[in-house]
Amino acid sequence: MKILVPTKRVPDTDQKIKVSSDGTGVQTNTLPFIINPFDAIALEEALRIQEGASDEVEVITVGIGNDEYEKELRAGLAMGADRAIHVSTDELLDPWNVSKVLKVIVEKEAPDLVLMGKQAVDDDSNQAGQFLAAQLDWPQATFISKIELADSKANVERETDLGIEKLSLNLPAVITADLRLNEPRYASLPNIMKAKKKPIDSIPLTDLGIEIEPKIEIISVEAPSSIRSCKKVETVDELLTLLRDEAKVL
Amino acid sequence: MSKNVLILAEHDDQSLKAASLSAFGLGYRISVECEGTFQILVLGNNVGDVASEASGLAPTLVADSPKLEQPIADVHAKVIAQVIEKNQFDTIIAASSTYSKDVLSRACGIVGGAMASDVIGCEVKDGDLILERPLYAGSVTAKCRLLSDPKFLTVRASAFEPAEGVEAGTSTVEVDEASLPDRVEYHGVETKASARPDLTEAKIVVSGGRAFKTTEDFEGHVGALADALEAAAGSSRALVDAGITPNELQVGQTGKVVAPELYIALGLSGAVQHLAGMKNSKVIVAINKDAEAPIFEVSDYGIVGDVYKLVPELLDKVKATQT
Repeated sequence: MKILVPTKRVPDTDQKIKVSSDGTGVQTNTLPFIINPFDAIALEEALRIQEGASDEVEVITVGIGNDEYEKELRAGLAMGADRAIHVSTDELLDPWNVSKVLKVIVEKEAPDLVLMGKQAVDDDSNQAGQFLAAQLDWPQATFISKIELADSKANVERETDLGIEKLSLNLPAVITADLRLNEPRYASLPNIMKAKKKPIDSIPLTDLGIEIEPKIEIISVEAPSSIRSCKKVETVDELLTLLRDEAKVL
Repeated sequence: MSKNVLILAEHDDQSLKAASLSAFGLGYRISVECEGTFQILVLGNNVGDVASEASGLAPTLVADSPKLEQPIADVHAKVIAQVIEKNQFDTIIAASSTYSKDVLSRACGIVGGAMASDVIGCEVKDGDLILERPLYAGSVTAKCRLLSDPKFLTVRASAFEPAEGVEAGTSTVEVDEASLPDRVEYHGVETKASARPDLTEAKIVVSGGRAFKTTEDFEGHVGALADALEAAAGSSRALVDAGITPNELQVGQTGKVVAPELYIALGLSGAVQHLAGMKNSKVIVAINKDAEAPIFEVSDYGIVGDVYKLVPELLDKVKATQT
């Protein structure tokens, strides 16, 4: 069996995000980059499936981006992926175009399962997995917190607004990981060394034979100030009085 | 340019969700400003009551079929895509929810549309929609434009006002059941039935953070105060991760986004991912023993102190004024 794990390279969002000087994006040149945390969870789950399976399971990661992406792809290999595919481009693709690229890779690799994060923490779109599933016409399960594979089916639990939903879906399928699926491992030093020798197959985006059609244009970006002046009081009585008489919310 | 707007309704088989009314409010405004049309789509099984409620707001398309009883993405999305293509809708709007993110994104993928998620602002300019949406967990807000039709929007309910709409009728969508996929089995949803109001619809939200060490402590303080105020209870991610509160209570980037009249943050430090989910609340109150906690920076009122001491006192005094 084969599991494809698409990953996205994103600025580490634990860092302070600042608007770029031209006001059309954020300053990324000073930020460390990481594998999108939800994608790291997806990769971890693929590795756990591999480790728990009696049959052979191959785990392939794929990333779309510039040459600097090699570092994050190596990080995925160090976690334990068998090989990586790097679709190289300097363009930043929106979720629609990401899904078009992934569709080509899926058709080439024919995985049984595409496992990816539910959203990337830079644009927070939460679309690429669903777009990919739609274009492949594969069943999908988004926001999953549990997965079990058996008899060409995936039994999953999804985190929905109503609670935990249970589904079984036929493979091949696209499944997207939510936060509580697992906690990704740290790569060990020997595995980091081993990862240096693992193959990364680099393909220029222009060789995929697809036309990139941007679907969303960012006009401007600003950092809304959420700072309020907090009136600090000493007692519960003072607080209740303010909430009643000044804020009028009680 | 005139627009044909479709609002995808979310419901519980009996009535429309409040969030869908806000999505309708935006759809209605767009259609009025663009001199276009607007319709509501209701999907489900035996959804006559919902359809008749929706038809009090707008002409309503009803896709009623046993095949649509469960919210299975590839089935629902296919019907939605068929409705969009047949009726040439160019603007499709739903409230942001796990349902719309699952199903509407897939419908967009089927028809090859353009999509903006979690829209918090919308301006019609020269017939085009200028949309505002948060990026990086709400650290920044982007103004953007979708570049092809049909355009799909999921919108944060708290950002848009409901509209009155117009009395209209319903029409039936012929569901071609044979064309629908049958690859996913639904085994139910475990709802943590709660007597409290829904987080995203409550006027007051009481939320707890890391200060609470057990489920009993959380319920005895956050839960009890929420009940006294007829409020919803929420929690930080830390408590969900620690198994102290269930997933559905999580407020933040990957949980629910709320904007109530009053948000009371108890023993909650205010990580940026949490702030993304509540900072647009009208009035924010924080109680935390760490005077430097970031939650105070986004709060209107605060007390520096121990929630285990202050919350019981607050609870007593709230109850005392009610009797």
